Amino acid sequence: MSVGKSVTRVDAVDKVTGMAKYTADIFPPGTLSAKIVRSTIAHGRVLSIDTSEAEKVPGVVKIVTCFDVPKNYFPTAGHPWSTDPAHQDVADRLMLTDRVRFYGDDVAAVIATDDIAAARAARLCKVEYEEYPFVLDQVEAMQEGAPQLHEAYPNNILAHTSDSWGDWEEAVSEPGLLCLDKWYDTPVVQHCHIENHVCCAYMEGGRVTVISSTQIPHIVRRIVGQALGWPWGKVRIIKPYIGGGFGNKQDALYEPLCAYLTTVVGGRPVKIDMSREETFTCSRVRHAIRYRLVTYFRRDGTFVARSMEEYSKQGAYASHGHSIAAKATSGFAQLYKCKAYKFDAYTVFTNTPVAGAMRAYGMPQVTFAMESHIEDIAVMLGMDPIQLRKKNLMDVGFVDDFAGTVNHYDSHGQCIQKGSGYIGWEEKRRKYRNQTGPVRRGVGMSVFWYNTGVWPISLEVSACRMVLNQDGSIQLMIGETEIGQGADTVFAQMAAETVGIPVEKVHVASTQDTDTTPFGLGAYASRQTYVGGMAIKQTGEMLKSKILRHASKLSGLPENMLDIKEGKIVHKETGQALMNLGELATHVLYSLEESEHIAAESTYQCKSNAYSFGCSFAEVEVDIPMCRVKVLNIVNVHDCGTLINPKLAEAQVHGGMSMALGYALGEQLLFDEKTGRPLNNNFLDYKIPTAIDHPDLGADFVENPEPTSPFGTKALGEPPAVPGAPAIRNAILHATGVAIDNIPMTPHILFERFKEEGLI
Amino acid sequence: MRTKTVRCTVNGVPVEKTVDVRASLADMLRDDYALTSVKIGCQVGECGACNVLIDGECYNSCIYLAVWAEGKSIVTVEGLKGKDGLLHPIQQAFVEEAAVQCGFCTPGLIMTALSLLNSGKKYTRQELRYEISGHLCRCTGYENILTALEKAINRRDNGE
Repeated sequence: MSVGKSVTRVDAVDKVTGMAKYTADIFPPGTLSAKIVRSTIAHGRVLSIDTSEAEKVPGVVKIVTCFDVPKNYFPTAGHPWSTDPAHQDVADRLMLTDRVRFYGDDVAAVIATDDIAAARAARLCKVEYEEYPFVLDQVEAMQEGAPQLHEAYPNNILAHTSDSWGDWEEAVSEPGLLCLDKWYDTPVVQHCHIENHVCCAYMEGGRVTVISSTQIPHIVRRIVGQALGWPWGKVRIIKPYIGGGFGNKQDALYEPLCAYLTTVVGGRPVKIDMSREETFTCSRVRHAIRYRLVTYFRRDGTFVARSMEEYSKQGAYASHGHSIAAKATSGFAQLYKCKAYKFDAYTVFTNTPVAGAMRAYGMPQVTFAMESHIEDIAVMLGMDPIQLRKKNLMDVGFVDDFAGTVNHYDSHGQCIQKGSGYIGWEEKRRKYRNQTGPVRRGVGMSVFWYNTGVWPISLEVSACRMVLNQDGSIQLMIGETEIGQGADTVFAQMAAETVGIPVEKVHVASTQDTDTTPFGLGAYASRQTYVGGMAIKQTGEMLKSKILRHASKLSGLPENMLDIKEGKIVHKETGQALMNLGELATHVLYSLEESEHIAAESTYQCKSNAYSFGCSFAEVEVDIPMCRVKVLNIVNVHDCGTLINPKLAEAQVHGGMSMALGYALGEQLLFDEKTGRPLNNNFLDYKIPTAIDHPDLGADFVENPEPTSPFGTKALGEPPAVPGAPAIRNAILHATGVAIDNIPMTPHILFERFKEEGLI
Repeated sequence: MRTKTVRCTVNGVPVEKTVDVRASLADMLRDDYALTSVKIGCQVGECGACNVLIDGECYNSCIYLAVWAEGKSIVTVEGLKGKDGLLHPIQQAFVEEAAVQCGFCTPGLIMTALSLLNSGKKYTRQELRYEISGHLCRCTGYENILTALEKAINRRDNGE
């Protein structure tokens, strides 16, 4: 048995010895360096670019401006392509643009023999602009008269969706209802993977190859083809190890431009190696979303009617667009019951960095708003927040009529029980009730809703290939990517389990090369263990049956009497080992009568989804005069089904919790109101939590096997980042009686709120 | 471009290369010695991914000029494996405790961890948090890294 064990990561040794190769470690010799000339205004048009001084810099090979690139508008979102034009992503990007829409937009690129020459020449390009007024706030951008970013989207509204069920008027007319109507706000934050985005392109045989730090090699291949206007078969993407992604690399970033740049220098290798400052504001960011939530409820805590207005800040280009706000609406609609429900969701262009996918895709935003709101209702009612939630949470047996997803278990109840036990909920709720001093403590919690993969919103598919080696080991090739989460390791475990060999006998081809790796969509939507697992199981079974067919011929026993266990062909009933797999593979491959290269390949299309639930509990200490919050203790409890590798699952939860700590208490990208210029796009001024900012992190699980999943598993990649911020916010409320309705809850925000509430 | 020849010891081997005087030690180690464990995450000493030992002390090699390495002894993660091919105890602890995820901050953190191990001192978990706070990691929440450090230090003290 390989599944369910904390086997060591297959890449751990390479990563601790410096052997693991990332994009910047494998640039071909003589690779040229490209630097991008970026707009120094937030909104306008490039009238001219004078490159004469830049051309004189020794080492400059070529300068390409926005007036030179092909006018092939392309989408960048890392979604599967849709053959239905109505479901395709918005194609609003050019490789370089004369119409600039945020401070830092791409107007020209300098290619030089080294980084310093390229950077110097980029600084010497003189760009003349016609400046337009700009808008930074998404709600202001919707108003009449606001500066317009894209002609096709009046009032900057990329998309507006609304829906409702039940009879709202009838529901709210019930006598004696209470109502809470409140706004909540979330900031622009960035992924901050420690490896910046980097890519390198070169030509071979009339085709272009891009080595890239991406989560989605097969999708990037299609987008590079679209951007160049080339047949997709002429594009090859290679994805080596990557230094984190968190959704930022679930987008085509600079691969299209890099591919174009090699074509203008005769196919010589060209790299685009982003700086940290560029990564912060010129790759992708998380959507800042503002919410108005209204809940009508009875005095016993029963929710009757719920509504949401949602305003999502898209930034300058569509990227993943409204998908983020839309996912948030699903979570909001389904997590709590009521008689009537309605929402209005807007995604709005602004002259700010482009928002794309970021870990948990809208759910950290809506969960902060929703779980803060629930807590505020509990305070109004004087009710225990857990009791209020339990009264209204999605019922066991609930079926999503759109996706067919079923809530099979009382996951929330079980997770809450573990979490409250860990934090000492009952005792601390009582103990911290009537504090008066300057330093006070509190406990708070939050639940969350998440799903697994993207079916039926879009295609879910994964292809896998397994090749049997002469020694009885296998190569596993799959389009799903290792981005740090441990995917390769759990893939190896699932393959070993299916075929019947020890996990050390599975060699995962970690690097995806679109010329040879079977098609897969890549790392997003917490889909890979679920959907990739289906492809691995199906392909493993095919391989196993091929092996057993040969074993039957060699042993003279019928196939159904044979099995593979621990790398040996065994008699099913007696358990007797008949031959080892290496002997069989060698015999078959070199047979002079019937040689076969034993391999299997298959595609699995997944047409299901699965709920992944859980909660976070936090204990804080608030120094009121200093406006400082210290998280003393925090735990996440997840029901992500059966754990494939408990130790790696725990590690995944730690990382998400860490991101939630930053989201709650410190992280926010800031922009100059007068110019739109980013103010803190570096690690000194944008603080991600360091080791001293963390308490010990608790991670626990409830393992209800997911019936739709071959190994009983479901989403865990993103959910850990979801519930932490509202749990901390609710703990601050418990400690101080002050509700903070926007994150990050920095001393600046706390000072204003504590002053308003008369605490200081 | 002004150049200078830098003679130093890299992972125990005396070496010399002529480098651009503007090059950082990180540039030299990566470009001239192919020591790609030295990772570049920020170029300005904020993230710690490029940490190496210089005469036994840990530095951000991205803000240390290559020419300053003249006469110094530099150690990177590539230099830690024993002659028998076995992992160094700190590497082993990182592997065992799942302290590695994307792996990009790992080599730099291991160099700081090594200097803590070599100090011979004992540290509380809180002290370890301070000691590694010059390293940014976005994957692990530092939890398993701290556990790996404690494990390696305990093994050192128990003579394992």
